[in-house]
Amino acid sequence: MIAYIIQRLLQSVLVMAAVGFVAFSLFAYVGDPITIMLGQDYNETERARLAAQLGLDRPFYVQFANFVANAVQGDFGISYRLARPVNAVIRERLPATLELSLIAAFLALAVGVPMGVYTGLKRDSWLSRFFLTVSLIGVSLPTFLIGILLILVFAVILGWLPSFGRGETVQLGWWTTGFFTKSGLKALILPSITLCLFQLTLIMRLVRSEMLEVLRTDYIKFARARGLRDRAVHFRHALRNTLVPVITIAGLQLGAIIAFAIITETVFQWPGMGLLFIQSVSATDIPVMAAYLCLISFVFVVINFVVDLLYYAVDPRLRVDRGAVGGHG
Amino acid sequence: MTSTRANRPLLEVRNLRVEFPTRRGTLVAVDDVSFHIDAGEVLGVVGESGAGKSLTGAAIIGLLEPPGRIAGGEVRLEDKRIDNLSAEHLRRIRGRQIGAVFQDPLTSLDPLFTVGQQLVETIMTHLDLSEAQARSRAIELLREVGIPGAERRIDHYPHQFSGGMRQRVVIALALCAQPRLIIADEPTTALDVSIQAQIITLLKRLCREHGAAVMLVTHDMGVIAETADRVAVMYAGRIAEIGPVGEVIRKPRHPYTIGLMGSIPKLDRAVARLVQIEGAMPRLTAIPTGCAFNPRCPKVFERCRHERPDLMPVETNHAACWLHAPTLTEATRG
Repeated sequence: MIAYIIQRLLQSVLVMAAVGFVAFSLFAYVGDPITIMLGQDYNETERARLAAQLGLDRPFYVQFANFVANAVQGDFGISYRLARPVNAVIRERLPATLELSLIAAFLALAVGVPMGVYTGLKRDSWLSRFFLTVSLIGVSLPTFLIGILLILVFAVILGWLPSFGRGETVQLGWWTTGFFTKSGLKALILPSITLCLFQLTLIMRLVRSEMLEVLRTDYIKFARARGLRDRAVHFRHALRNTLVPVITIAGLQLGAIIAFAIITETVFQWPGMGLLFIQSVSATDIPVMAAYLCLISFVFVVINFVVDLLYYAVDPRLRVDRGAVGGHG
Repeated sequence: MTSTRANRPLLEVRNLRVEFPTRRGTLVAVDDVSFHIDAGEVLGVVGESGAGKSLTGAAIIGLLEPPGRIAGGEVRLEDKRIDNLSAEHLRRIRGRQIGAVFQDPLTSLDPLFTVGQQLVETIMTHLDLSEAQARSRAIELLREVGIPGAERRIDHYPHQFSGGMRQRVVIALALCAQPRLIIADEPTTALDVSIQAQIITLLKRLCREHGAAVMLVTHDMGVIAETADRVAVMYAGRIAEIGPVGEVIRKPRHPYTIGLMGSIPKLDRAVARLVQIEGAMPRLTAIPTGCAFNPRCPKVFERCRHERPDLMPVETNHAACWLHAPTLTEATRG
């Protein structure tokens, strides 16, 4: 078990090092920062002095080592566009994205799993057919279109919900939250629905097909033959056996929700990291882009690590202790 | 033993018919099957795959896979009809009054729960016991089925047991609420030959000790000969012959049974070559009119091609074969 954790941790570190290298390469290949900082009018001595000041005259690997050392401490330098430390900028934006993503992920699981179980158990009911048909729409419509449609219906025509922004927020230390104000909560509704819809239908369809698969197995038939109640057969035995693939996909999808909140945040002008990233790309704000890249990768790596640990919790067959296989009696 | 039954049988199946509606018409997988099992008795049900023996077992405990359904006849347990009960009533009978053992012990147990958890939940579903009581009962059962170190093994997961050991756990699960009848569907087919005999002996001994009758579904005549009191031979969804196991093996009356016995090698007699029944069992979509066995039967005559024989008494056995049709005067005797 411990060896396994260490091995997974080492792999994670390798992945992060590779991502760090890519992020670092952005500085070298997406425009020359010195040219950008000096503006139109400069001479060679000014250029050399600035390069020395920024450490850009040193060999490549020293620069990379510096970048990594700073990045590990959360220091990604100063934003070209905003002229403020990147970590401060991101820290401002992080709560908005995380709140939106976590609510969307929660919705996707809390609604998608029961719907998947229902459509798996009651295959032929009209409600199942309805869910499946609607889910096709969820899978096939692009996110921005769903967002715009929701805005049109609920913000423009009905005027019930705000069409952009985060509403009023409350400050908790450096974290800002929209959970405690009415306008904050109202502002969350449309973006979180937009963001979760694709994942919700994906999870529903996954849970459904896994349920159908598991319900055909011998141990479910045998559980019925043992006279267990339907509730125990369906939720204790069948659902739990669908969890390994569901955890895998749900974990990856949580990462995807955080990473691809970009589109939703743009549609709803949600002041999160996605919007920040889009703005940074238009301004070629490389420090912010590099930091964003590293942060999102870090989130993915952490989620994958947690998913691997969850496998262990769910499936006893993966646990290393398999010393006690008995002989034939 | 069976000729003078004072009491009602434990299980009585009358004219059972199982159908599978398909797009191309209805398939009759079990057709007009009647038999009974007395308390404590072992009835072997033997036949080729597709003869309907497993479906008969599944129909009795109400676990036919849809779209399969009971289309006629009745199943009585201790003289109460159970084939028309609600799903919830049937569930309470399963495990409590009729236990089941399936073919493949490797897949019968839920891999995510310890054998103890699975025993305890089954015990607590059917018996009014506390969790601690259920657990000590579970340990006792594991000990009874011959699992060494039961106190320790109870907290192990199925993958930590060998195939034979898992089938022992499955038998413990089938017996844990003291059912009156065990339906064992090919309980040894998936096991190593060296372990088959152990499991059969164990099953038989435990059922005797617990006073449970057994319906032993198998295609292995050897297992039947060793274990069963009576045997029913099934062919194409019907019972071809039924009778005390010694009689059926020594003096089979139905030509199909005769062929079946001839195809078993015997060690004590030199047989030039094993007898083989020509042809194959018909598909459910193409069961011939008259006796289903008539195209393969060496003794076929005109009547077999038109009329379907019911079971007719032949000394101690019953055989569904016109060879044993009573003469007209005898027939009126009833």
